[in-house]
Amino acid sequence: MSGWTKISGRAVALPQANVDTDQLIPARFMSAPRSDGYGPFLLHDVRQDQPDHVLNRYSHADVLVTRRNFGSGSSREAAVYALVDFGIKAVCAPSFGDIFASNAVNNGLLPARLTEDEIEALIDTLGQADAPATVDLSTGTATIGGQTLSFDLDPVWQQKLVNGWDDIDLTAQHNDEITKFRAARFAAHPWALPAT
Amino acid sequence: MTAPQTILAKLWAAHEIMQRDDGTSLLWVDRHLVHEGSHHAFAKLDSRGMKVAAPDLTFAVVDHYAPTRAGNVAADIRRMINTLGRNARAQGIRLFDLRDPGQGIVHVIGPEQGLTLPGLLINCGDSHTSTHGAFGALAFGVGATEVAHILATQTIWQKRPRVMRITVNGVLGSGVGAKDLALHWIAQLGADGARGHAIEYAGPAVEGLSMEGRLTLCNLSIEGGARLGLIAPDQVTFDYLRGRKFAPKGADWDQAIDDWSVLKTDEGAAFDREVTIDAAAIAPTVTWGTSPEDALPITGHVPDPAQLSGAKQEQARAALDYMGLNAGMPLESVAVDQVFIGSCTNGRIEDLRLAAKVLAGRKAKVPGLVSPGSAAVKKQAEAEGLAQIFTEAGLEWADSGCSMCVGMNGDRVDAGKRCASSTNRNFKGRQGRGARTHLMSPAMVAAAAVSGHLADVRPLLEGRS
Ligand code: SF4
Repeated sequence: MSGWTKISGRAVALPQANVDTDQLIPARFMSAPRSDGYGPFLLHDVRQDQPDHVLNRYSHADVLVTRRNFGSGSSREAAVYALVDFGIKAVCAPSFGDIFASNAVNNGLLPARLTEDEIEALIDTLGQADAPATVDLSTGTATIGGQTLSFDLDPVWQQKLVNGWDDIDLTAQHNDEITKFRAARFAAHPWALPAT
Repeated sequence: MTAPQTILAKLWAAHEIMQRDDGTSLLWVDRHLVHEGSHHAFAKLDSRGMKVAAPDLTFAVVDHYAPTRAGNVAADIRRMINTLGRNARAQGIRLFDLRDPGQGIVHVIGPEQGLTLPGLLINCGDSHTSTHGAFGALAFGVGATEVAHILATQTIWQKRPRVMRITVNGVLGSGVGAKDLALHWIAQLGADGARGHAIEYAGPAVEGLSMEGRLTLCNLSIEGGARLGLIAPDQVTFDYLRGRKFAPKGADWDQAIDDWSVLKTDEGAAFDREVTIDAAAIAPTVTWGTSPEDALPITGHVPDPAQLSGAKQEQARAALDYMGLNAGMPLESVAVDQVFIGSCTNGRIEDLRLAAKVLAGRKAKVPGLVSPGSAAVKKQAEAEGLAQIFTEAGLEWADSGCSMCVGMNGDRVDAGKRCASSTNRNFKGRQGRGARTHLMSPAMVAAAAVSGHLADVRPLLEGRS
């Protein structure tokens, strides 16, 4: 995964709370291989039921502005694949499902936390239209429709997004410690091994 | 003297291999559970030419796509099940496939097989991994990238969450159980009320729960936004585990009991947040909307969006619109089209016993499906005569799997149909496109089945012990 520091594009608003991952990608699409591209599955049923849905009116968006508890529910990383494959690089919301947020960062998608008031103001500004948006990880700011706001992001996640780090490579450097830990743990607590 | 510690702190310290300067810990994973949904993670491992680091600590089970009824299995479902089998065999992982007597929903069989133990760190690519915390295990769900990382290294990078204690005082009333308690606190605090926190459940009402009830409570932690739930292990925990297949035996068991007995929060340990609930104030609870936080006592009425403001008003309007409900109508007047009993929340033997207690000698007014949480639960329910009660009441008795909780195996609720369900998510489209889900306890599902509408189970339990 390649990292990024700054993106510029268009933002749209999805004025809903509790957009869960079942809505983001209905379960029946999850058996598809990733190489198929998950973009068309994003909010599939919602978009089909509402022809004037914002993501139908704008076939491209880089930044999504939405309400609290975005990405709650199922741990399905496919929800993030659908957003990423659609072209979205950042989601701004007052809060995110914990698992969703870490899945997002693992796929280069920024979960940017803004306050409820800031989000409501952005939703008012954007309305049904799209607007230019710039997101800068180095300054921790998002400029949407002319308004520049500082978002809240764990510094570790900021680093990960910028560098496009893959944890497996990072962890491999600690192989010796891991091997020692395993041996010590099961020597001290043999009950922790599955009985055979 | 060391400062008093919470269970979470003790579990964390026991699994921490190292900590980076930024405060992220590398944690050792004792058990990794995988299911059909792990195909992305296995593909990632394959693409890097890597092998599973600890196949002896990794267990695979067919559940999400498991067919629960006889008949043809669709090709894509068959492919998902076969892919898991192929990956498990290629990596030397113990697989509970459809024919295995140990098969079942991952969060049901973990405890049942004795794979879930106090003091362990347990991960699974499934948000309801929080369930296993009922044993005093550090258990949390992860996404596919993290599943691949655990497969490759048997470790996970994680920041320690804050800790919140929910103390439940008093005694739960008759007909009120762990499901009602969970929906109650989620309605109070919100679906993201515990975000960023681990929850420790404590107090007499929690200690009074059976192992099954504790599993239900911890299972639903994620619906309140918490990554994990925890309950200190006690005699109830030990009695449940003794003799289970993968649980420790002999001298290991004795040492385990010693280690597990100190796995409690020390007197005076500090929590980031404390919540207290009075058990006696909880009624049988149902959801009316499209988030688990949209829950109310069955004696209540559908909320009126006009009495709410701002985003909350919009949210309630959208929920009522989707659910096909009118503001202000009594919840008991909501007619249902069908019922479902099962899932990792309420598909255990005790759940089936409670539902059967309501159904015995009665007929369901609507069709329904009962899918036991595991093959072992199924066998036991048949031996106890529960299966017969379900079928005599007119409900269908099926095989075990995730079934109508998520509809991946084809067991779905049709668009516009209303289902009283013992599951955990009433999200739009969760049980099928356009499906309307009301969450409640298995006893309340049984009450809805025999009434044809949402109903208070308490009068139906009178005279039944
Ligand atoms: S029963 Fe439902 S919630 Fe539980 S693991 Fe299966 S799909 Fe997930």
